[in-house]
Amino acid sequence: MNSDKITKWVLLLSSFIILFVTGGMIFSLINGSIPAFKNFGFGFIFSNNWNPTEGKEIYGALPFISGTLITSVAALIISLPLSFSASLFLGEYFRGTKMAKVLGTMVDLLAGIPSIVYGLWGFYVLRPFLIDLGIPNQGFGIFTASIILAVMIIPYATSLSTEIIMMVPNELKEAAYSLGATKSEVIINVIVPSARSGIIASYILSFGRALGETMAVTMLIGNANVIPNGLFSTGNTMASVIANQFGEADGLKLSSLMAIGLLLFLITGIINGIGKFIIKKMA
Amino acid sequence: MKQLTILILALFMMQACSNSPKKKTEEKSTAKLTLTAAGATFPMPYYNMVFNQYMVKTGTQISYGGIGSGGGIRSLTDKVIDFGATDAYLTDANLQAMPAEVVHIPTVVGAVVIAYNLPGVDSLKLSNQLLEDIFMGKITKWNDPKIKENNPGLTLPEMAVTVVVRSDGSGTTHIFSDFMTKISNLWAEKVGVGKALQWPVGMGAKGNPGVAGTISQTQGAIGYIGSEFAFAQKIQTAKVQNSAGNYISASIASVSAAAQGQIPDDTRIMLTNSDNPESYPISGFTWIILYKEQNYNNRTKDQALATVTFLDWLVSADAQAEAEKVHYSPLPVAAAEKAKAILRTITFDGEALLK
Repeated sequence: MNSDKITKWVLLLSSFIILFVTGGMIFSLINGSIPAFKNFGFGFIFSNNWNPTEGKEIYGALPFISGTLITSVAALIISLPLSFSASLFLGEYFRGTKMAKVLGTMVDLLAGIPSIVYGLWGFYVLRPFLIDLGIPNQGFGIFTASIILAVMIIPYATSLSTEIIMMVPNELKEAAYSLGATKSEVIINVIVPSARSGIIASYILSFGRALGETMAVTMLIGNANVIPNGLFSTGNTMASVIANQFGEADGLKLSSLMAIGLLLFLITGIINGIGKFIIKKMA
Repeated sequence: MKQLTILILALFMMQACSNSPKKKTEEKSTAKLTLTAAGATFPMPYYNMVFNQYMVKTGTQISYGGIGSGGGIRSLTDKVIDFGATDAYLTDANLQAMPAEVVHIPTVVGAVVIAYNLPGVDSLKLSNQLLEDIFMGKITKWNDPKIKENNPGLTLPEMAVTVVVRSDGSGTTHIFSDFMTKISNLWAEKVGVGKALQWPVGMGAKGNPGVAGTISQTQGAIGYIGSEFAFAQKIQTAKVQNSAGNYISASIASVSAAAQGQIPDDTRIMLTNSDNPESYPISGFTWIILYKEQNYNNRTKDQALATVTFLDWLVSADAQAEAEKVHYSPLPVAAAEKAKAILRTITFDGEALLK
C-alpha cells in the first residue's frame, strides 16, 4: 500500500468514528425518550405539568421549552446593540489601532471564561445589584439569566461579525469614500448590506449557544418548573432541568429528561441549520 | 513520509489504549484494596471524615462519589460499585426491581433543618401549621400575623418570604416531604412524598450546598437542608414543633431521641415526626445499601471481605463516636445491633463473610 492510500484509510476511519458517535448519540436519545412519548404522546411537548411525585407522575416539557426560548431571545436582544457596536468598532472605526487590539483581546478573554464563573459572578455580584434595583424574586429569574446569557454570547457574536465586517472589500469602501460618503454613510450603505448575511448568521450561531447554556443559567433562573409569566418571573430551561434532575431520575422521569434532551438537540440543530442556510443563501 | 508518521502515531495510540486496562488490573492486585461507593450527599461530611480515618487506620481506600441517593441506587443496580448510599430506603417495589437481594445498613442519624435568613431574628419557632402555610405559599410576608402569633417576642421585618427548595432530586427532600405529609393533610393531598416534588412555591437550587448558599445570600429566604450544611455556613435554623407540641431545635440529643423507638429488623423506617416528646421531628436514618451475595461482577473474595469489614467498623462504637464532630447523631444501640446482625448474613458464594 502506498502512503496515499494509508492516509486515506486513516482519515476515513477517524471520520467514521465521528459519524458513529453522533449517530449513537441521536440513537440513544431517541431510544431513551420512547417511553416518555409513548406515555404522554406529543402532548409531552405542549403540557406544562411537571410532577415527579411517585404515583402522580406526569411530565410536560413546555415550561422548559418556553424558558429556554424566552431567555435566549432576551439574551439576543440585550446583546445585539452591544456586540454590533463592538464589532463595528473593532472591524471598521478603530481597525488595527492599539485600542482595538486591547478591546479585541478583552472580547476573546470573555469568550474563554468558563460558564460556572459567569454563574458565580451573576450570583454574587449581579444579583445583589438587581435586588437593590427592586427586581422581584430576590433577583432570580428570566431577566437575570438573560443578562448573564447576553454577556456570555457577546464575544461570539462580536468576534464573528468583526471578522465578517473586516472581509468587506476595501475597494467598495474606498469607492464610497471617494464619492464623498461619511464614515456612517459607508457603514449603513456599504458595510452592513454586504456583510449582512454573515452578521445575521453570527447572531443565529450565538443564539444557538444561548439555547444550550446550562451552569450559569441554572444558578440564576430560580429553577421553578413553571411557564414564566413575565420577564421577572422565575422559570427553568431545558439544559438546566436536565443538569438538575438526571442524578436522581429513573424510569419515566429519566425518559422525559432524555426527551427534553432530544428536543433541545433538535432545536439547536434547526437553529444551526437556519444559520448555515442564511450564510449560503445570502453570501 | 508524513503519512507514515501519522500512521505510526495512530498505531502507537491504539497500542497505548489497549494496553492500559491490563496495566491497571496488575496494579490493583499488588496495591492496597480500594472500595468504590457512591450515593447520597446528605451524609457526605460524615462519610468523608470516617472513610479517611479508615484509610489511615487500615490502608483500605474508599472512594465515594456524592452523586445523590438515586445515583447510588442506580450504580448498585449496574453493579459498578461495592456499596451505595441512600437517604430514602428502597421500597418493596424497588427491592423487587433490583437484580439481586439488597440489604440496608443504617450508618448515622441526621436532621433536616429549616434554615432561614432574617437579620436580627435568632429564635424563630415554627408550628406545623406555619410550615404548611410557608411551604404551600400561603404566607408571603415575614411580618404575617400568623408568624407573629407563634413568636410573640420577635420583631419580624416586613420582608418577602423566599422559599428555597432543592432543584435536583434528593433524599433530603424525601425526609422533609415525608415529615410534611405526616403533619399536613393539605400537603399530603397536593404535594406528597418524594425525592423531587411539584413545588407549590419557591425557587430551586442544586444540592445541599446550593440551597445553603442561596439562603445565606438572600435576606428573607427559608429552606430545608441537611443540618451539617447549616452549621458549616452558620445559618440560623428554626425550632420545629414535634408531635408532642414541643418546639425543638436540631441537636445531637434531640435527633438521637427520634431514633429511640422500635426499629424493624431490616432497619427500613422513617424517623420523622417521632412520638418521643424530646425528639427533633425532621430526623432520619441514612443507609448504605449492598448486595447480600457479594460474588458479582468478578469481585474477589478479598474485596467482599474488605467491604463488610469496613461496614462492620462503620456501625461500631468507634466510628459512631465520630459522628457528633460533624453534627450527626450516632446510631441508637438497637439499630447498631441490627445493622451488625444484617452484616453477618452477607455471603460470598453462599458462605457468610463475617462470623
